[in-house]
Amino acid sequence: MKALYRTFRELIRYRSATAGLVIIFILIGVAIYTVITIPYNEAIRLWRGGEDIWYKYPKNAQPEWVNLFTEPDLPKTIFLSTADSTVSKTTEVVSEGLTQVTLSFPLEYSYEIFPQELTVYFSARFAAKKPHVSLTWITPNNEEIEIGSFSIQSSDTYRVSQDQRLQRKFKGTPPVQGLFADPNAPQPTPLRGAYELRIVGSLFEKDNDLDAEVVLHGEVYGSAGTDHLRRDISIALQWGLPIALAFGLLAALGTTITTMVIAAVGVWFGGWVDALIQRITEVNLVLPFLPILIMVGTFYSRSIWVILGVTILLSIFGSGIKGYRAIFLQVKESPYIEAARAYGAGNRRIILGYLTPRIIPVLIPQLVNVIPTFVFLEASLAVLGLGDPVLPTWGKIIDDARANGALFRGQYYWVLEPSALLMLTGLAFALVGFALDRVFNPRLRGM
Amino acid sequence: MAEANLPLQAGSEVQVEKKARAESSTFSRVAKYTAVRVVTLFLTVVVSLYLTIMIANMGGYVDQIRKGEIRETVSLRALNDPTLKALPPEVRTERLEGLIRLEEHRLGLDEPFAARSLAFLTEALTLQLGRAENMSSDSGSRQVRLILLERLPATLVLFATANILDFSLSVFLALYLSRKYGSLLDKATIAMSPLSSAPAWFYGLFLILIFAALLGVLPFGGMVDAPPPDTPVAYILSLLKHMILPVLAWTISTIFGAVYAWRTFFLIYSSEDYVDMAKAKGLSSREIERRYILRPTLPNIITTFALTLITLWTGAPILEGVFNWPGLGRTLLQAIGLYDTPVIVGSTVIFAYLLAITVFLLDFLYALVDPRVKIGDEGRRA
Repeated sequence: MKALYRTFRELIRYRSATAGLVIIFILIGVAIYTVITIPYNEAIRLWRGGEDIWYKYPKNAQPEWVNLFTEPDLPKTIFLSTADSTVSKTTEVVSEGLTQVTLSFPLEYSYEIFPQELTVYFSARFAAKKPHVSLTWITPNNEEIEIGSFSIQSSDTYRVSQDQRLQRKFKGTPPVQGLFADPNAPQPTPLRGAYELRIVGSLFEKDNDLDAEVVLHGEVYGSAGTDHLRRDISIALQWGLPIALAFGLLAALGTTITTMVIAAVGVWFGGWVDALIQRITEVNLVLPFLPILIMVGTFYSRSIWVILGVTILLSIFGSGIKGYRAIFLQVKESPYIEAARAYGAGNRRIILGYLTPRIIPVLIPQLVNVIPTFVFLEASLAVLGLGDPVLPTWGKIIDDARANGALFRGQYYWVLEPSALLMLTGLAFALVGFALDRVFNPRLRGM
Repeated sequence: MAEANLPLQAGSEVQVEKKARAESSTFSRVAKYTAVRVVTLFLTVVVSLYLTIMIANMGGYVDQIRKGEIRETVSLRALNDPTLKALPPEVRTERLEGLIRLEEHRLGLDEPFAARSLAFLTEALTLQLGRAENMSSDSGSRQVRLILLERLPATLVLFATANILDFSLSVFLALYLSRKYGSLLDKATIAMSPLSSAPAWFYGLFLILIFAALLGVLPFGGMVDAPPPDTPVAYILSLLKHMILPVLAWTISTIFGAVYAWRTFFLIYSSEDYVDMAKAKGLSSREIERRYILRPTLPNIITTFALTLITLWTGAPILEGVFNWPGLGRTLLQAIGLYDTPVIVGSTVIFAYLLAITVFLLDFLYALVDPRVKIGDEGRRA
């Protein structure tokens, strides 16, 4: 305990190590917070969810903070529902078989850039006769544009951008632009001001009802933006953290400790055991690590925990074994080991109790140093398309972004956010490992 | 005069003779060392391929590949057989099944797994990798071996360039920094060494973002312009232009770690007594570096380089994927996408070979620079 405290004192003398430790503690804190606020199953449900969960979100929207740097501002998403107080709903019974419902959605639009999409989600209650709706768009100039009229199902979606008829009406301009365009401007620019979408529904039965939600998809959303499936990237960014930390820590612990024990066993027993371990290490060196992981991923299971297990298995006889062996060979000759043998200590006791503790100064920096490697390995596998099929991870965001040509289309946030987090995590551990190396190996200190 | 000259001449003759003997024995020692390494590495490759086959076959995939292949060849042969064509369909399929069973028996697919796995091993060793399920080579062949060998040059040209550049650059930089020990540049390089914890493809993303997407000066990926230039000079220039970013990504991800480690080596060795002695003799610093610092550290450097190179092969497929480089790695990625098992297993085999060749080449270099190998056992004892 005292030794641990002393190490810590010495460690924080390095400014880089202090910075690294602070980052690691913050990351761990955020990871715990994430796991508590968004439970595992909820995260999977959200990330695997489709249009039904994410319909309110714009597609490929940049994070909201880009508006701090860009001029003009990118439009935010506006969401209106008949349940809102700003939306007015009037019902008028015209005759026995006809009720008219008028829904009026006021939309205040104050951006210089066109929105992404205008979508109306209808939900109607009826028995046999489908209700009929007609949509009217009222611009700030009090110009009325007939969007269209049609019958609807009990739950129906109308997307303005996919309305071919409306596009013909606007002489080929995309319909969303057509609705918002300033008629007097030479260039297509949106007219700012108060718009209104009026929906008049004709219901043909008694006790029928009509409700609607209007989503004006903007170009920015939330703290992290959204991807091509409208999913909020911040969920994957948050959940990627505990996964990356768990994968990195477990893999690093698993590989370094088993490697150390095997090196100790080899040195202690010597002879054919040692020779065998040496030969296995050589074979392992030639085993193509990633292709084998790929084979396991494609043939058996893509679960992150299976991959973790195989990673540890393949790394046990890694190149580290030679370094440990050299140290153990020295330690084996020390008098205290001889003393232990003299009083009759068993093999296991000597290996685990006396040999391996001596190597901890070398082990700890190495353990911390390999964590980034494994954090990046998880991302690498995801980029290969072998990420865990259900879990949201950083690597999977990068993979999605790459697969959808994010860099090519200028959607940089999509690649940069997970990359920055990967870099931050990797760097934090690397900084601490670097300083630990110096604390435990004073020979390096002068250099 | 003549008398006086005699012993001297005799002495120089002896020296020459000694030298010649030393040279021939050096050659034979290096050759012997190399031969021993070739044999051990070959055995290593055999074992690692066997393990690969075991892993791939646990799901029975290699069997499926082979059975599929038999079915295809037998059906093809049957299609061209006029006597079989004349038979009614039911009889024909029955006859076909019989032929397939016979062929499977001939190839030992009904034998126990232990015996079969040895057969797979010989096939993998001789690069008979079977036929691809969905993919084909640019020349139209379905042979996995041809698909992979066709892509091999692209991979080799990229990674050989990147690694040779990387090695020479980091040795040069490390030497330079060990000379300027404690300078600002030295400290900056050390501070950058944690950057080596990220793989090359990761930096590749950033480089693409900066140089291709934002600045638009270098291509997003690929190996040459489309369509490929006609003249060889233009072709090479285009190839070089496409190579800049992947090589740069590779360099960024490796150089700082290597420079840091090697600089430490150089510093340790330059505090040896014999270096002080050389300085006292008044040798030039260039001479001292070359003969007294670089020479004894070279075996160490080559060993660490070999180890990093082996781990780096791991990242190669992803780097190729990110840069759309038409090499082995991207083929492997495509094979994953298409679920083309023979190609995945075949790539693994080829990668095992590539790793072994890398290890061998570096071992050979090691033999050339390590005095212990050259001088032999007497040197080690002394």
